[in-house]
Formats: sequence, C-alpha cells, structure tokens
Amino acid sequence: MSEQDNQLSGPGLTRRGFFRKSAVAATGAAAIAAAVSPLRKMSPDDIPTLERFLQKHYKEMTPAEMQTALDRIAREVEHRFAVRPSLGDVKPMVGVEFVYALNISRCIGCRRCVHACVKENNLSRAPEIQYIRVLKMEKGSIDLETSDHHYDPPVVPEHDSYYMPVQCHQCAKPPCVKVCPVEATWQEPDGITVIDYDWCIGCRYCEAACPYWARRFNFAQPELAAKDLNPDMSYLSNRPRPKGVMEKCTFCLHRTRVGKLPACVEVCPTGSRKFGNVLDAASEVSYILRHKRVFVLKEEVGTLPRFFYYFDERGSRYHESVESDRATESGGGGE
Amino acid sequence: MKRYLTFLWQCARISFVGDWRYYTWMTVLTVLSLVGLHAWCTQLVNGLVTTGMTDQVSWGVYIANFTYLVGLAAAAAMLVIPVYIYRNMHLHHVVIFGELLAVAVIVMCLLFVTVDLGRPDRFAHLLQRFNFPVSMLTWDVIALNGYLILNLHICGYLLYCAYCEREPAKVFYVPFVFVAIVWAVSIHTVTAFLYVGLGGRPFWNSAIIAPRFLASAFAAGPAFIILTLQIVRHYTRYQVGDDALLTLRRIVQVATIINIFLLGCELFTEFYSDSAHIASSRYLFFGLHGRHALVPWIWTAVAFNVLATILLVLPASRGLKVLNVACVLTIVGIWIEKGMGLIVPAFVPTPLGEVVEYVPTVHEVQICLGIWAFGLLLYTLFVRMSVPVLSGELTYRKDHGVSHEDHRRATAETV
Repeated sequence: MSEQDNQLSGPGLTRRGFFRKSAVAATGAAAIAAAVSPLRKMSPDDIPTLERFLQKHYKEMTPAEMQTALDRIAREVEHRFAVRPSLGDVKPMVGVEFVYALNISRCIGCRRCVHACVKENNLSRAPEIQYIRVLKMEKGSIDLETSDHHYDPPVVPEHDSYYMPVQCHQCAKPPCVKVCPVEATWQEPDGITVIDYDWCIGCRYCEAACPYWARRFNFAQPELAAKDLNPDMSYLSNRPRPKGVMEKCTFCLHRTRVGKLPACVEVCPTGSRKFGNVLDAASEVSYILRHKRVFVLKEEVGTLPRFFYYFDERGSRYHESVESDRATESGGGGE
Repeated sequence: MKRYLTFLWQCARISFVGDWRYYTWMTVLTVLSLVGLHAWCTQLVNGLVTTGMTDQVSWGVYIANFTYLVGLAAAAAMLVIPVYIYRNMHLHHVVIFGELLAVAVIVMCLLFVTVDLGRPDRFAHLLQRFNFPVSMLTWDVIALNGYLILNLHICGYLLYCAYCEREPAKVFYVPFVFVAIVWAVSIHTVTAFLYVGLGGRPFWNSAIIAPRFLASAFAAGPAFIILTLQIVRHYTRYQVGDDALLTLRRIVQVATIINIFLLGCELFTEFYSDSAHIASSRYLFFGLHGRHALVPWIWTAVAFNVLATILLVLPASRGLKVLNVACVLTIVGIWIEKGMGLIVPAFVPTPLGEVVEYVPTVHEVQICLGIWAFGLLLYTLFVRMSVPVLSGELTYRKDHGVSHEDHRRATAETV
C-alpha cells in the first residue's frame, strides 16, 4: 500500500514510487498501442482525406464543386482499375417520371436481368451484391413467404411456378428516404430514389425500413476486376461504391436519363420488362397501366411504388408446353 | 474557476486510489475494454463483414444492446420520481447513484450506435444535414444526448456543491430534475418509435411496443440499481438503508407484472388471429422452416420474467437474498427479450420471405463485452469519486486547509 500512502501524502515522490508509476504508465501505453494496432492495415483509400472530409452534400455542391468531386472520383477509379472512366452527373429530364412494368405471365425466371444489372452497375462480385432478386412463386399464391429465392433447376421455366423479380420499387412515398438521419438518400424529380454514397453514414436504418428488401449494404470493400468495370458511370448511380455505405437500383439513371433503357429491360429475352415515362400518354408503360391487369406488391404498406406487375389476359405462353397449347386449340376447333 | 479545476483534479486523482480489489477490478475492465477496442479497430479496417450481420438481418447485437441499455438508463428517473414528486425520502441520498448510472449507460448507448455505423468517420454529417423532425433517428440523437447532458449537469452540480460544502441552490437543479423525468420517458418512447414507425416490418409495427418498452425498462432499471446499491454499501462506508431497496422492490414488482400482462396481450393478438403477419413471432417463439436459433433464448427470457414476477409478488422477496435472485432474473430476462428478442425477429423472414438466421461473431461479442466493460469502468469511477465527496471526506476545505472563514468568503464571492 506504499503507493497509496505516497499518493495520499501529496506531491512528494519516492524513487520506488516513480519507477512503479512509470512501469504502469508504460504498460498502459503499450496496451493501448496494441489495441489500436489493426489500424495499420487500413487501406489508404479508407483514410478520410481533407478533400473527402470537406466534400459537401450532393444538393449543396455548386457545379464547380461537383466537378472537383467528379475529378477526384475519376482519379481514384483510374488509380484502382487503371481505366479512365467517363464520369458525369446526369440530371433528371423535365416532364419525365419513370415507371416500370413487369409482365409476370411472361417472365421465365432466367435471371439474365440480375446479371446484366451486376455488370452495368459495377456491383461487387466479392462479396456478391445484386439489386434484383427473382422469386420463384407457387402458382395459386402470392405469399412471398412460400417463394423460393435460390431455385436452380437445369431448365427454366419450371412447371407449376411463376416468377416474380423484385428490385427497388422507386416508391412515391419512400419509407427509406423518410428515416435517413442525414438526408443521404432522396427522391429525384423523375421519381428515382438515389443515394449520395459520399454522404451515407452506414446506419442501415433505410435497409430496415424498406418493405421490398431493395437496399444493399457494403459490409466489406466491394471488389470487381478491372476488366469487368463499366467505365460509363455517374455520381448517383454506378460509380464504384466505398465500403460501409448503402446502395440500390437507380433504374440505371446514367442510361435512362439520356434516353436509353435500363440494362435489365434491354437484356430481357421475353419482353417481360417495360420501362418508360408515365407522363407521356403515348408511352408503352402508360398503355399498360391503362389497359392491363396491373397490381403493385404489398399495396397495404402504402408506399405507392412506381414498379407495377401485370399479367396477360390470355394467360402465359411460356408456362404451358406447346403440346398442351395445341391440344386445347385443336380441341376448341373440333367443337 | 480555480476551485472547479481543483475539484476535477481531485476526482481524477482519487480514481487512481484504492485497495487491491479495486485495482484488480479496474485492470480487468480496462483489459476487456481494450480487447473491445482492438476488435473495433479490426472492424474499421475490414468493414462490418466481421460481424454476423447480412443484408437479410441488417441489425444485430449492437442495436439489441443499445435498445436494452436505453431502457436501463431510465433507472435514474425511477429513483427520482418517488423522491421529488412523492417526497419519499428513503431514496433521497441514493438518487445520485441512479443518475450516475444513467450517464454511464447513455455513454454505452452512444458507443453501441457508433460501432454499428458503417462510416463512423462521417459522423459530422449529422450536424450538417440533420433530417429533423422527419427521421426518428434524429429524435433519438437529441433524446439521448439531451438526457446525457441533463444527468451530467445534475450529478456534477450536486457533487460540486458537496465538495464545496454548500447547500445546492434549488433553482440550479430541481427544474432540471423534472425535465429529466419527462426526458427519461421520452428516450424510451422515441427509441421504441424508431422501430414502431416502420410499416414494412409487421413485427415492430405495433402500438404496444412503446408501452412494453417502458414497462420492461422500469423493471430492469431499478432491479439493476438494487444490486448496485448493495455493492456500493458493501465496499464503501456509504450508508444505504434497506428502506431504499424495498421502495425500489415495489417499483420492480409493479413493472414486471405490467410487463408480463402486456406480453400476454401481444401474444394473444398475434397467435389467436394467426394471420400472415405473425411469421416473425412464430420464428421467435417456435421457429420457422426449421430455423429456430432464438427459440431457447426467448423461452428462457419468458421463464425468467415469470419466475421473477412470482418471486417479487411473494413476501419472501422482502429478504435481500430472494430479492437479489429476482433482480438478476429480471435483468437477464429483459436483456434477452428487449435485446435480441426484439431486434432480430423483425428481420426473419425478410420482407421478401427469405429466412436467414443471424448469429453474432466472436468479433461482435468482443466489441459488446468491451463496451459493457467500459461502461462498468465509467460507473465504478463515478462511484469511486462521488462516495468520498458525498460523505464529506473529500472537500475543498480539507484539501486546501482553508479556514472556515475563508471558505465562507469564497462561497459568497462565487454566488
């Protein structure tokens, strides 16, 4: 108890007390150093530079500041992938509100959309991130709980099932936007909900709020090979994401805002996927919404999705075999 | 000003003084905290992939512990209410231990949220674009930090007055005490609303969550205080009467009964209607599609809570041994129920019907233990500092040998 006596007696320091205190202090310092030692392995890309730290929220950046940010990101992409990207910040078009329509009587569950999306949007290959999840549903039920997410038969479509691809529904009343504490995600005038990857703090509250399980989190540094990189990218969509932030489907805004179709629409071999401007009465999606049997998933949660499912009046041509089709036809002709 | 600095210095100095048990306890806690810090640094480098969380179950033990601890922080309010509203003086001189506990626990809450963030380096974004009042998370930031500041002020002021041996001026703390009582209720309610407000998660989207939060908090918090006060009086010369403990017992008693009743209400609504929305509850209590990681836990919690309630209702729990058993059962039972039992099932099945289970990794557990150890370390320090000050062993006068006259003059000057 000499140490205690020594301390209580005031500032007088004995030699023994001094050595003991130094030893304790040295052990403490060493222990703290050991505790923080993993930080040495921190990749230089993760260390917040002053430039990154001072970058403003997307909506607050002047065009010049945006250009600075784009230059920095392009530089980082080039450094990492040895490819100079064509990186921009595509703005929404005036008088355009995008909607999506998906024909569930045509979809054959081939998942080409999933892979086209991964490629187009520079999604992480390891760990694997995919924006589109195709559910194999039992015929006669729309209960998502009985759906099969990991179906893997040699040939699709399978008998007695139909397929229901789900991705971000770009809701008109998005719960994910409401809950974000730092306004890192918001709805654009053309209806697309976007994320500022440089602003997100990674709390994953939006992921908990989404009724469609449309958001993905970068639990690790997203990895993709330089040869797989799509160099045509934009700030709010498919530029490479950092670790620890959210991401999601943006209706390929870097394509759709310049008049192209989303990658998933373009690749679909059955024409199940339709995309366009709902404000244009002549568009295909407007026609579908007016004339087809359209429904939205989980209408009861009241988020007003811009993603519609519909089915053909005459049933599907893809789900019954051609033989049975012929049999019905000839049977019908005989009557 | 000088006196205030002396006060801080004395508090810092005294926290390094103690017997061998104190040193051992503090060393163990420090080591555990550092192990947690090490695990967090590893997580910073590799990302949250070091945890068991996935896109399917995107919140885990961090948020579970956070939720439980917000409840524990109410303990302070439950000590304060009888004293300041009902003038029940049994608890008067132990109130401050509740408030100190609230401070330590809120610090733990903030740490649990911080380790859950993917980008803690962007914390400042909260100050720059604060999505208030739309995001409930911003409400929680205000509620928790406000509660921390209120309690720091109340404890700090009372302790400093005791150090200066002057009567605390009511105007400087009583209004804050009343604000803190309302605030304590608000931290629970706001934290409950964090979950309740999500329409896409039927398990959380129920009005009963907030009342259940309050009931369980008012059970677990005072139960924790009952144990703490006994430890304080065992290891220090500070006097804590049995009256105080028995007053707290009554609070725990009522709260556990209400908690069990509300649980019954919830279970009836879910399982009698048996609609499609009960998948999460079914997963929690019985397992779903052959997955039942949480089933043994939740039944343990239910058993503990029921047993604790029975013990607390029986007169036998006026004896400290039975009371302590009941308190431990309550604390553990509610930790399971309000932690993992509340957070994880909401993610199972996912909104698209996928059943993916969540199991925390060793890393995650290390970080949790580290934060718990750090919280206990803080609380031990607070108690270590406040006991000699409150009992009048450590005062400015004794430190500086100031005569009584000087002291009076100095007090007059500052006031």
